[in-house]
Amino acid sequence: MIRANVLCCAGTGCTSSRSAEVYDSFVKYIEQYGLKDEINVVKTGCFGLCQKGPIVAVYPDKVFYCHVQPENVERIVSEHLLKGRKVEELELSDEDLQTGEKILDIDKIKFYEKQQRIALRNCGKINPEDINEYIAMRGYEALGTALTSMTPQEVIDVIKASGLRGRGGAGFPTGVKWQFQKDQPGDEKYVICNADEGDPGAFMDRSILEGDPNAIIEGMAIMAYAVGAHQGYIYCRAEYPIAVKRLNIAIGQAKELGLLGKNIFDSGFDFDLEVRLGAGAFVCGEETALIASIEGKRGMPMPKPPFPAVSGVWGKPTSINNVETLANVAQIVLNGAEWYSSIGTETSKGTKVFALGGKIKNTGLVEIPMGTTLREIIYEIGGGCPNNKAFKAVQTGGPSGGCLTEAQLDTPIDYENLVAAGSMMGSGGMIVLDEDNCMVDVARFYLEFIVDESCGKCTPCRVGTKRLLEMLTKITKGEGTLEMLDEMEQLCYEIKDTALCGLGQTAPNPVLSTLKYFRDEYIAHIVDKKCPAGVCKDLLSYSIDPEKCKKCSMCAKACPVGAISGVPGKEPFVIDPEKCIKCGSCLATCRFGAVIRK
Amino acid sequence: MKSLEDLKKMRELALKKVEMREGGKDYRVVVGMATCGIAAGARPVLNKLVEETAEKDYNCVVTQTGCIGMCVYEPIVEVYGKDGSHTTYVHVDADKAVKILEEHVGKGKVVEEYTVDSVRAREV
Repeated sequence: MIRANVLCCAGTGCTSSRSAEVYDSFVKYIEQYGLKDEINVVKTGCFGLCQKGPIVAVYPDKVFYCHVQPENVERIVSEHLLKGRKVEELELSDEDLQTGEKILDIDKIKFYEKQQRIALRNCGKINPEDINEYIAMRGYEALGTALTSMTPQEVIDVIKASGLRGRGGAGFPTGVKWQFQKDQPGDEKYVICNADEGDPGAFMDRSILEGDPNAIIEGMAIMAYAVGAHQGYIYCRAEYPIAVKRLNIAIGQAKELGLLGKNIFDSGFDFDLEVRLGAGAFVCGEETALIASIEGKRGMPMPKPPFPAVSGVWGKPTSINNVETLANVAQIVLNGAEWYSSIGTETSKGTKVFALGGKIKNTGLVEIPMGTTLREIIYEIGGGCPNNKAFKAVQTGGPSGGCLTEAQLDTPIDYENLVAAGSMMGSGGMIVLDEDNCMVDVARFYLEFIVDESCGKCTPCRVGTKRLLEMLTKITKGEGTLEMLDEMEQLCYEIKDTALCGLGQTAPNPVLSTLKYFRDEYIAHIVDKKCPAGVCKDLLSYSIDPEKCKKCSMCAKACPVGAISGVPGKEPFVIDPEKCIKCGSCLATCRFGAVIRK
Repeated sequence: MKSLEDLKKMRELALKKVEMREGGKDYRVVVGMATCGIAAGARPVLNKLVEETAEKDYNCVVTQTGCIGMCVYEPIVEVYGKDGSHTTYVHVDADKAVKILEEHVGKGKVVEEYTVDSVRAREV
């Protein structure tokens, strides 16, 4: 009889830090210690705290081990699982700021305390490759209820009343979208799950697909019933191999149980689902381009209208919803619209998942109720910037979003507030920048991404973003002029007004928001020819202070291009600016602070 | 699967596998499983507790802990109630374990004769 569960994270983050070997070791040692019949080892989805991975949780003791390496496993098995002594130094812990005491209770750990998990409710709790575990967590009950005791219109009314809005970024009310499609004539309709997550730094959709694929299948089946569709597609990028594999396993198991296919729950409703793979083009997250890609055409957007709800895939009415939106659907049907709309702010209901990354201590996935402030996410959940560096900005919404500064940190997060502050919700990437990040360089990075990803169909996006990038590059090289700033700004507005699809219309946002809040950094690059953060290489110079130099020769050994010369113990070392590639190795190596970067 | 009823049946079967991850039981039954406990016979006690709990569906989780310092009284079983109550049973064997589950977890009655206080009182 099973008396304990060992849950090993098998999400992408932990897998890349050897969690698969950790799992194998648990299986091996549990067998070796004769505990095979009493302890169950389970692979789960993402726990969210990717920074501390690989994570292993032991239930019912509710102990979370972090940074578990295969060589730690025998100890956990022999100490904790056999003898009941927790291996405390591997336990996830926080320090109580007032008393300095160690906090081990997972519900009191800062990272989890402020979170409310609806979309991520099963991630890190169930085995995503076993549909029974999803069913144990009340899985497919919402679908059964909808099919057997609700009309399609009633389902739409519940979703409308819940206030759920699209989590892909734009925030269109989900129920309204479904209603448009339902009201279209004809009986051939389609539903699509947009799993083409492409923002740099965003990985919440991947984690949901990997950790709880059945939630998406159930959400899509409910959506299909509501709008009158019988075929669905999940459009996922081939770059997400674990997600694709688990989706296919889940679809297979659902079909076996009759939860997909003909006459589901004996209600006469048929629904089938297929995973379609994309090649990972950013523009294919745009719905008309995504539809083109599903149809086997080149992924390029079309002018709207007609909207997909009128004419979508194969020219038929189609609803497209994002992964996270769909992960909320079954919960709303199960717990009611009132429950859902009691969470969040006036205009934005429910929770939002953010992928925290960049210069932050607790990199990972967090799900918070709408209305939480950026400060709470970054400082209380995220733990602030590492190494005591000063916070500079937070970038939300990926290449379509913008940067927000210290002054906006107390903004409660919802769709409207973020737009008013000059950024956007986006799909939920949240990248924290500290004093070592150059904002001009950040804008240049996003523009470079956009130039790569622009499909080239419309001129404003194809040519306009390229011109923007050229100007930004010049500024980072110290070749910019003040007139360029005005030219850039004007070009940004022109692109916004004239580009064909969402990609182009939002592409100038990183430039506009950095120009607005960090104009001084642009001016420093142009007028003083300096990069205040010390990032733009062309504006840097390295030298050695002969007074401080101990003539130890360490810098010369570290220099990869032989640009540093001197006589050990006799003459101070000197950097040849002609040869120097400004890599910073000497600065990192010198223990006496003799290397100066200007 | 053709009805909500079928789904419910499946769910009940599946629930056994995952319910310990949810917590929320009325009692936590803890067995001391350090070297002293194991030497004194805590393993058969733990096995019995786990078996009985599964079989009779007692409202508790069975888990283990290390040495609590009274090695001479091992095997020790502690029962923690949701209300904050805490009872320590000593010199437990498989039969006593069954009785503890039956009386304490099942009916909410502490088995006085096995508690540390009464055992020590008898020794004096």
